[in-house]
Amino acid sequence: MGETETANKTLPLEDLHKAAGARFGAFAGWSMPITYPTGVLKEHLHTRSHAGLFDISHMRLFDVKGPGAAAFLSRLCPLDAGALSPSQSKYTFLLAEDAGIIDDLIVTRLAEERFIVVANAGNAAEDEAHMRRFLGDFDCTLEPLDRVFLAIQGPETEAALAKAGIDGGNLAFMHGMEPRPGWFMSRSGYTGEDGFEIALLERDARQLVERLLADERVQWIGLAARDSLRLESGLCLHGQDIDKATDPVAAGLMWAIAKPLREKGGFIGGQALAKKVAAGASEKRVGLKPEGRQPVRAGTPLFAEDGTPAGRVTSGGFGPSAGHPVAMGYVKTALAQPGTRLTAEVRGAKVPVTVSSLPFTPHRYRKG
Amino acid sequence: MATTYFTEDHEWLSVENGVATVGITDYAQEQLGDLVFVELPEKGRSLAKGETAVVVESVKAASDVYAPVNGEITDVNEALSGEPALVNTSPRENGWLWKMKLSDEGQLSGLLDEAAYKKLVG
Repeated sequence: MGETETANKTLPLEDLHKAAGARFGAFAGWSMPITYPTGVLKEHLHTRSHAGLFDISHMRLFDVKGPGAAAFLSRLCPLDAGALSPSQSKYTFLLAEDAGIIDDLIVTRLAEERFIVVANAGNAAEDEAHMRRFLGDFDCTLEPLDRVFLAIQGPETEAALAKAGIDGGNLAFMHGMEPRPGWFMSRSGYTGEDGFEIALLERDARQLVERLLADERVQWIGLAARDSLRLESGLCLHGQDIDKATDPVAAGLMWAIAKPLREKGGFIGGQALAKKVAAGASEKRVGLKPEGRQPVRAGTPLFAEDGTPAGRVTSGGFGPSAGHPVAMGYVKTALAQPGTRLTAEVRGAKVPVTVSSLPFTPHRYRKG
Repeated sequence: MATTYFTEDHEWLSVENGVATVGITDYAQEQLGDLVFVELPEKGRSLAKGETAVVVESVKAASDVYAPVNGEITDVNEALSGEPALVNTSPRENGWLWKMKLSDEGQLSGLLDEAAYKKLVG
């Protein structure tokens, strides 16, 4: 989130964020609310104990429909889309031929021949171009949706939504539906908490936001806390923790790919992935707990106890709920065991770091 | 009686008897957000104007605080090791960063006074 980054896209609800006193910054080409006057620490803690409202309209939704929709997604992603039950969501990827991660996605089946794909802001254009390259081989359409996209996260979310007139009680974690025309709502999120993501038309969004914010349990939360929440929860940020140079094996994300698919393939990148599974990863993504109070940031080199290079930090900061600095990164497979002691080199000083299991803060999803 | 100066990098210096107490301004702490760590320098270190003296870390990022003038560090605010948030809650008082003995008081004339600084940050 460097200051040199330029942002030429503004959120449809930007006026509301300005009125709430947000400080803006550039992220993935968008001018985004980074913090509100409450500040990142309190915003983070508020989400873990109440309900945080995030504007994630920079993310992209695609509507995939037609008789060939399931086959299309099963070709593009390491996913058996036809095996999803209606309303079921799945975390998956767009892989390159070499199994590098083009993007990570959430795919939800809404009906027999209809799916919603949620993609990252920074990759949306590339994702769309990539998907369109294969669209002609399948009997389906791909339509980007023009929506406001809100995430409401935290233990009091279901109650706050109910008070605002939206019943999410019947929705289990990683399931989605269309509660009203033009709406898409799923029980999911990227904070480690129970929560919902709702895509809706702008006028509906304004009404919903007003109702939600009238409830003292609900507060706007900026991108800075979104980042510390996801990092504490051990969730990957594409472009940092995963990218085209990493693959699901090294990233420790094979749980997202059903076993038969790993061997059978049938999706783009399948052959390369099967080879990587057979060969084993030379490095692995791990949690890293720095000793003391000093955060260890992305890009920091890591060394083994004997001084040889061990890997690198890909995300790092302070975990307000954990109460200590938190980080994740890639280390040589031999050094990936939790408890392994490493050294991070921060501005010439050596900071002791321990390989730690993820997440740092336990997930509290509402399983069905 | 101490005289307070400001820099375009959003630091303040309170100078008395050739010793400057240095901190960051309220505007700067607000821009940085909640601090979680302050990397303090060692006492006795000589600093040249523009050199990084302190690194302040917010939840999200690390930022350098530069020496506004030449001098030698005589004291650092140890309280920040336990409570870095003092910089947020009291940037001009309890959240001071370090004290330095000035080696060239002439450099002070190149700094801003409070009125000029206020104009800078609007």
